[in-house]
Amino acid sequence: MAAVTERSNFGKIAWPIVAWIVALIFFFPIFWLVFTSFKTDADAVKPEHLFRFTPTLENYTNMTQNYDYWKFAINSVITSTFATLFALAVGVPAAYAMAFNPSRHTKDILMWMLSTKMLPAAAVLYPMTFLTKNFLGIFDTHFLVIVVLCLINLPIVIWMLFTYFKEIPKEIIEAGKMDGVSTWGEIKDILIPLAWGGIASTALLTFIFCWNEAYWTVRLTTIDAATLSKLIEGNRAPEGLFFGRLSAVSTAAIAPIVILGWFCQKQLVQGLTFGAVK
Amino acid sequence: MAGLTLRDVKKRYGETQVMHGVDLDIEHGEFVVFVGPSGCGKSTLLRMIAGLEEISDGTVSIGDTVVNDVAASKRGVAMVFQTYALYPHMTVYKNMAFGLKQAKTDPAEIDKRVKAAAEILQLGDYLDRSPRNLSGGQRQRVAIGRAIVRDPEVFLFDEPLSNLDAALRVQTRLEIARLHERLGNTMIYVTHDQVEAMTLADKIVVLRDGRIEQVGSPIELYERPQNAFVAQFIGSPKMNFFGPGDLAVNAAAVLGKELPTSQQVGLRPEHMVISDAANGVVEGKMELVENLGEYAMVHMITETGVEFIAKTEKPPAAKKGEVISFTIKPELAHYFDAETGLRS
Repeated sequence: MAAVTERSNFGKIAWPIVAWIVALIFFFPIFWLVFTSFKTDADAVKPEHLFRFTPTLENYTNMTQNYDYWKFAINSVITSTFATLFALAVGVPAAYAMAFNPSRHTKDILMWMLSTKMLPAAAVLYPMTFLTKNFLGIFDTHFLVIVVLCLINLPIVIWMLFTYFKEIPKEIIEAGKMDGVSTWGEIKDILIPLAWGGIASTALLTFIFCWNEAYWTVRLTTIDAATLSKLIEGNRAPEGLFFGRLSAVSTAAIAPIVILGWFCQKQLVQGLTFGAVK
Repeated sequence: MAGLTLRDVKKRYGETQVMHGVDLDIEHGEFVVFVGPSGCGKSTLLRMIAGLEEISDGTVSIGDTVVNDVAASKRGVAMVFQTYALYPHMTVYKNMAFGLKQAKTDPAEIDKRVKAAAEILQLGDYLDRSPRNLSGGQRQRVAIGRAIVRDPEVFLFDEPLSNLDAALRVQTRLEIARLHERLGNTMIYVTHDQVEAMTLADKIVVLRDGRIEQVGSPIELYERPQNAFVAQFIGSPKMNFFGPGDLAVNAAAVLGKELPTSQQVGLRPEHMVISDAANGVVEGKMELVENLGEYAMVHMITETGVEFIAKTEKPPAAKKGEVISFTIKPELAHYFDAETGLRS
């Protein structure tokens, strides 16, 4: 008995410490980024000015003077929001159909959807750029970014929603059928209210994934539809001399999503555990 | 008037056939119970009547209408699910009103019907509560209420009591019986509990492996089971079976007939009486006695190794391992073909 108690006491102290250390490791780059954004470009690379420097807002004022930060930010908001909405508009009915009217092939279809995530993005870079630029003429448009963001997130959206919908007893949907609800009514009046938490978590995660996406948003846009990822990319000097400026831009780019994430922590944890905790 | 007719109803899932041509007639106002062991197809059959499961072959008619291709909500049936299947995000009132709302019923009429159903089921005080704040029994009453307000021709119950505790089960069973008396609708009720079947049914349908074994009133099934399966399924504890070699020496004299090798005899535990060896039909060593006060269950084993149970008024005076003989009135013995199991 005594041994067990001692061990659990040890665990009570040790595990939080481990958790804090891991959390700090994850948090450190963000801290460093924000810290550096208040240094001049010159200070940013000098080891002797690691902690001793005069804080400055120069990088931020430069940023707003040299670039239209708000344009990039608004593009990010527009593309992430619409991509999320479209992904849900397709994902909710798809997951509903697979959760409540499964066929022999439902599992295969789900696996196939997930397998599309295994495709190396670089492999389709050339066709995507060529087709959108020379053939479809939609290069650097909001439309293209929204479609691409929506499609790359769709598999994960459907998987998450499917997992949530699976937790709803089939009988409740059947009771709806007996009560004469249409298919749309089943989704609107029964499914969505019951899976609201899951749908919100899915939406939030998708929005974050869209916001953070950089591979395609950088490569498929130039000016008009460029998002904050593109703004960061644009400030990346090959010589690596403008760390202060780059840090300020990056901080400004991630700030909205970090704040959003902070306020929605509970939903996010629920979303990331895929409904396993209940 | 809405009777129900099933003609050669079959169900297949891909290659696997689970219902093998069921024929059944249900009169208007009858209380019919489907019983059988799990996997016998009783729930599938109910769900086919409800319209939740496609009918692979054959026809289901409600009244004079073939309903194979009619949507569940348009069949004039209402279903009470084992898990209640209430809408968790709606109040009791909204749960009951939901179906009527879908049918675009006049709000005043909805209100009238919901209040009337709540009155019958004593749910008046709970109309504003959400299902999560109700007990199991109350939830089940809401589920029944949801069926009542739709004023269906046929009520379907899918094991409605199995999620309730024993005391509540007895009480709810009585309520359902009263409800049937009061409303007079046709009711079809699925259960694996033979006590529910015996107490509620006008007519019991015993199913096994997707086939009907016997249809009849509870007492018919008890007194004249058509085969060994029904004989064992109806009655508790279940009927004991003996081959010619398992019987006592004087059995033929007591029963009034010699048991041929092609037959077996079935004796209900409650019909067996302790006797002297001369009048014994079966005898065996006593293994265990369960004394329940009002009666005793005597667990026995014959010399040939057949275990059987006798239900006696008082526990026998004999001790464990001693030999006891049992006799029975000849007219209470049931004879079945050893091979086919059919009554002979």
